[in-house]
Amino acid sequence: MRVIKIQGSDDTPKVILDADNNTFEISGRSLPEDVVAFYDPILDWLDEYSQNPLDKTVFNFKLEYFNTASSKLLLDVLLKLEDMYDAGHDVLVKWHYPDDDEDMEEAGEEYADIVEVPFEQVSYSID
Amino acid sequence: MANLNDKKESLDFVYDFYVKMKRNKINLAYEGEITHQITKAFTSLTETNMVREEDASSVQKKVFHVMVECLQNISKHAEVTPGSPDKKVGRGIFMVSKGDTEYNVTTGNVVLNEKVARLTEMLENINSKDKDGLNKLYKKQMREGHISEKGGAGLGFIDIARKTGEKLIYSFLKIDDLTSFFVLTSTISRIKE
Repeated sequence: MRVIKIQGSDDTPKVILDADNNTFEISGRSLPEDVVAFYDPILDWLDEYSQNPLDKTVFNFKLEYFNTASSKLLLDVLLKLEDMYDAGHDVLVKWHYPDDDEDMEEAGEEYADIVEVPFEQVSYSID
Repeated sequence: MANLNDKKESLDFVYDFYVKMKRNKINLAYEGEITHQITKAFTSLTETNMVREEDASSVQKKVFHVMVECLQNISKHAEVTPGSPDKKVGRGIFMVSKGDTEYNVTTGNVVLNEKVARLTEMLENINSKDKDGLNKLYKKQMREGHISEKGGAGLGFIDIARKTGEKLIYSFLKIDDLTSFFVLTSTISRIKE
């Protein structure tokens, strides 16, 4: 399957969707000028991937910041993962947050609350 | 043509403006189109200043967050001045002031009078809720809402209220039969909880 690899910038996250290397990641900052245009290819890729996913899919979110428009699109990404899980596939979401960032931790809790998918909160320290 | 006296007066205005900005502790004031580039420039400028001022990282993040949402509100929702070549870019005023205990982020932009009632209802609804209520509202809107044609998710005001823990202070000043000026101030405490 094709690979999506997007370099992060000061307003768009780094994205790696690479089934062959078992890497699924969205990280960094997300406040794109056009959120739909940015996330649409990612959602399309997940639709395609979910037809024939790996035995286990571990999806990592490691965001420093995202705006509210992105929060809606991140939920759409998570809902795709939920669909895969509902279809009987093994899916784990890992939500990484800086250990001093309560808001990012709470954002993870909020998503875990909304989507019915195995969800792990992972804190990390910066420095 | 402007004569020397007029020019002198405009210099006096600059000083007057400067004094007023100092008195009100305004460290950023802008009037014009709010593009994505402007949003990035202002947030990055303020970030640099906050790092120098050694504000707590939680405070910095909140200010950054509120600034982005406020600026994007203007760029997406402000009524565009008639005759503007770029029909999509909203314009307005944007100010950041910094007191000893708090940051204030203020926006002002033109809205159609017909939208005032709905906006008021939305802001009052947000102001009537505590943190739990705001979280519920955010989740509901995230689940049920859609990204609008303008690229917004209808979440900005709710998020500002819950991130700052303060009420949204706002006012609508009537310009004419068609439009009003919408002013909104968000306060972020500099004192770490």
